[in-house]
Amino acid sequence: MILRLIERTGVFLVSLAVSSVLVFAFMAVLPGDPARVALGVNASDQAVAELRQQFGLDRPLPTQYFDWLGGLLHGDLGTSYVSKVAIGPQVFDRLQVTLWLVVAGMIIALVVAVPAGTLMAARHRKLSGLALSAVSQVGVAVPAFLAGILLIVVFAVKLGWLPANGWTPPAQDPGMFLKQLILPALALGLVQGAVLTRYVRSAVLDVLREDYLRTARAKGLRPFQALWRHGLRNAAVPVVTVLGLQLATLLIGAVVVERVFVIPGLGSLLLDGVSNRDLLLVQDVVMVLVLAVLLVNFIVDLLYVALDPRLRTAS
Amino acid sequence: MKRLNPSLVVGGVIVGVIVLMALISFVWTPYDATLVTPASRLLEPSWSHWFGTDKFGRDVLSQIMVGSRTTLFVGVVAVGVAAVIGVPLGILAAMVRRWPSEAIMRANDLLLAFPALLLAIMFGAVFGASTLTAMIAIGIASVPSFARVIRSGALQVMRTEYVLAARAAGRRPLPIAVRHVLPNVTSLITVQASVSFAIAVLAEAALSFLGYGTPPPTPSWGRMLQESQEFLFSAPRLAIFPGIAIAIAVLGFNLLGDGLRDRFDPKLEDRR
Amino acid sequence: MSDVLTVRGLSVTVRDTALVSDVDLTVGAGERVGLIGESGSGKSLTALSVLGLLPEDVYAGGSVRLDGVDHELIGADERRMSQVRGRDIAMVFQEPMTALNPTMRIGDQLAEAMLIHKTKPKSAARAAAAELLERVQLPTDTLRAYPHQLSGGQRQRVVLALALANDPSLLICDEPTTALDVTVQALVLDLIVRGVMDRSSALLFITHDLAVVATVCERVLVMYGGRVVESGPVVDVFTRPRHRYTEGLLAASDLDTTSRRLTTIPGNVPPAGRFPSGCVFRTRCAHATALCEESPPWSGDEAEGFACHHPAGVTDA
Repeated sequence: MILRLIERTGVFLVSLAVSSVLVFAFMAVLPGDPARVALGVNASDQAVAELRQQFGLDRPLPTQYFDWLGGLLHGDLGTSYVSKVAIGPQVFDRLQVTLWLVVAGMIIALVVAVPAGTLMAARHRKLSGLALSAVSQVGVAVPAFLAGILLIVVFAVKLGWLPANGWTPPAQDPGMFLKQLILPALALGLVQGAVLTRYVRSAVLDVLREDYLRTARAKGLRPFQALWRHGLRNAAVPVVTVLGLQLATLLIGAVVVERVFVIPGLGSLLLDGVSNRDLLLVQDVVMVLVLAVLLVNFIVDLLYVALDPRLRTAS
Repeated sequence: MKRLNPSLVVGGVIVGVIVLMALISFVWTPYDATLVTPASRLLEPSWSHWFGTDKFGRDVLSQIMVGSRTTLFVGVVAVGVAAVIGVPLGILAAMVRRWPSEAIMRANDLLLAFPALLLAIMFGAVFGASTLTAMIAIGIASVPSFARVIRSGALQVMRTEYVLAARAAGRRPLPIAVRHVLPNVTSLITVQASVSFAIAVLAEAALSFLGYGTPPPTPSWGRMLQESQEFLFSAPRLAIFPGIAIAIAVLGFNLLGDGLRDRFDPKLEDRR
Repeated sequence: MSDVLTVRGLSVTVRDTALVSDVDLTVGAGERVGLIGESGSGKSLTALSVLGLLPEDVYAGGSVRLDGVDHELIGADERRMSQVRGRDIAMVFQEPMTALNPTMRIGDQLAEAMLIHKTKPKSAARAAAAELLERVQLPTDTLRAYPHQLSGGQRQRVVLALALANDPSLLICDEPTTALDVTVQALVLDLIVRGVMDRSSALLFITHDLAVVATVCERVLVMYGGRVVESGPVVDVFTRPRHRYTEGLLAASDLDTTSRRLTTIPGNVPPAGRFPSGCVFRTRCAHATALCEESPPWSGDEAEGFACHHPAGVTDA
C-alpha cells in the first residue's frame, strides 16, 4: 500500500515536471520572441530590446525556465509583459470564481447522475429505463455552452426568473451570487450529468450481475438493500475514474461557459490573455489548468485505494 | 444476418443526412450563405427564408448547410490526425517490451492532461486562430483515447494462437503488425473514429464560439452561435437553429459509435 | 418425522420454454438429500426456485412449502421472501471466488447475516461471527480480512459460515466443491455435513458428482431434462438403478478399472426446450421403444421410485 502511494506520488510529480517543460517550451519558445509578440510587429527594435531586458527574456532558456518554475513553487507567477501587473493575484482571484462553477456543476451532475443511472440500470428492460437512456443520449450531445445559451433563452429571456449573465462575489451579495450561479452551474452540471449517468448505469448493471449480490439476497436482503449495501461501493470504483476525467472536462467547459455568461473566471482571463498576446499570462493559466487536471487524477488514484481493498496489497 | 440495432440505424441516418446536406451545399443552397443583404436583416422564418436571416441579412438555412461542410471537414481531419498517430502508437505499445510500452502509455496519460479545447487555445495563441490549427489541436488531443483503445485490442490479438504461431515461425514484428494485428483492430478503429468525430464536432463548435476556430466569413455552426448571443432577447432562434444542428450532429456520431460497438463482437478472439 | 421442504409440481419456464417440469421433492427434518444430473438437467433452477432467486425472465410455477413458514414460497412477494432467505433457507453457491463482496471485511459480511434477521443483537454479532468462523476451522483474525486475501477453499468456508449463521432449517448447496482443488474438497464436504448435523438442519445437495453424493447424502434424486427420473436411498439407487439414465450415469462414472474403455452415455444433453416428448431420455436410450413416446408413469412412491417404461433389473418384455 505504501509502495503504491509512493509510486502514484512519483507519477504525479514527474507528470507535473514534464508538463511544465512542455508548457514552457510551447509558449515561450515556439512563438519566437514573446517581447515582440507582446509589443506587436510595428514596435521599434529598441522598445523590444528594452522589454526583453526588463523581463529577463535575454537570458538563456534553461535559466528562464527554472526562474519561472521557482516562482511557481513560491506562488509567484511573474509579471505580465503587456499590463506590467503581477499575474499571481489575478489568477488566484479568477480561480476562485471558476472553482465555484466547477464544484456547483459537479454537485449537480452527481445529483442527476447517481439516481438516474441507478434507475436506468434497475429498469434496463423496462420502458422507463429506455426512455431515460434516450434522454441521457440527447443530453450527451449538447455541449455546455449551448446548454447555457438555451437556459438563458428559457429562464432569463422567456420566463425572466434569473439573470442572463454577470457575476457577484458571494461575500458581497449572497442572494445575487446564488441567482447568477444557478444557470451557468446548471449548464455545466446537466451536460456532465448526462455523460455520468451512462457510466453509472453501466457500472450498476455490472454490479447487479455479480455473484456477491446474489449472496447478499440469499442472506435475506431485499434487492434495493442489497444494491445499496453491497453494490454501491463496488460500482463507485469505475465511476470515480470517470468523475476524475469529468472534473477536467468541467474545468475546460467552464472556460467556454464563462464566456456565455460573462463571468470573470480563469477562462476569461485565459482568453483575454490570448487576445492581448500576453504569453506569460497564457502560459501561467494553462499551467494552472494542467496542474488542476493532474491533481484530480492523483486524487482519483488515491480514492481507488480507499474504495477497493484489493489494491492495497502490493501486486 | 444480425438484426439491425436502433442506435446504428438512427445514427447512420443522421450522419447520412448531414453528409448529404454538405454535398448538396456545394451545388445548391437557397441563398448565397455569405451574401450580406442589409435590406433583409433579422427576418423571421418564412417561406422564402425557412430559418430566417441573421443580423447581416444572411439566410440561416444556407449558412447551416454550408456550415456542415466545416463541421465534417474539421472532424475528418482531426480524426485522421488522431488515427494516423494513435493507431500505430497503440499497436507499438502492445507489441514492444515492458519499458518502452510503459513509456508510450505514460506519455499518453500526460497528453490527457491537455484537453482538446485547451490545446487548441494554446495553438491559437501561438500560431494564430485558424481552421487548420483547430483541426490539428483537436486531432492531437484525440490521440490518447485512440492509442489506449487500440493497445488493449492489439494486446488481445497478440495473445491469439495465430499470432503466436506466426511469431514461432519467425515472422518479423512489422509483417505481424500489418497482416494480423491491424486487420483485427479495424472494428475498434471504426468505433473510436465515430466517437472521436463527435468530440471533434463539439470542440470545433466551442472553438468557433470562442473565436478560435474557423474565421469569418466561412460559415460555421459555432460562430453562428457566438454571433447570436447579442440577439438572445430579440431573436433567440438565431441561437436555436445552429444549436440544434450541433446537438443532432453529435448525437448522430455518438449513436453510430454505440451502434457499431454493439454490432462488432467485442470479443476479438472469436473473430477470424 | 415432519417434512421441512415440500415441493409439488414445480415447473420453471423462460418465455415459452419449459426448463423444469412437474418436479416433486420432499426433504425431511435433518435429512440430507442429493440432487444429481448433468449440467442442463434443471437441478440448479430447482434450487433457485425454492429460494425465489431465479434470474430475470425465468418464472416458477407449482408449490413450494417450508415447515414453519405459513405461506406459499412460489410467487411470494419480496418482503416475505427476504424474511425466509438466510433465516429458514440458506444457500451455498458454486463459485466461492465471486460470492463475497470484495470491498467488505469478512467479519462485517458475517455479522450482517445475523443483523438482517435480528437473530443476534449488534453487540453480540461480532463474537458470534468469530464463533461461526471457528466452526468452519478458520482463525478468528479472518474477521478482519478481505475476501481477496483468502483462498478459494477458505472463501467457500466463509460462505458456508454465512449460510449457517442463523441455523436455517434447510441448507441448499449448489455444487459447493466443484470449483475447489481436490485437496480441499473433502474438508469442505466434511464441514458441510458437520454443520448441518450440529444444527439438525436439512440439506439439499446439488452435484453432478456421484461419489460426493454417496459420501454426503442419505437419499438421492436423479434429474434429467428438467424432470426427476428416479429417487430413493443412495445405497439402493447406486447399487440397483432402475431408470436407464441412472444406469448410464453410474456406468459412465464407474471407477472400476477392470474395463479399460471409458463408458459414456451416447449423444449429448439436448439444449433446453429440445428434449423429446414422452420419455425425455429416449433419444439417447438403447432400450427405447415406440412405447417411450408416451410419458412413463411414476412407479413406486415419492421417496423411492422411477419413471421408465423399460426399467433396469427387469428382463425386457
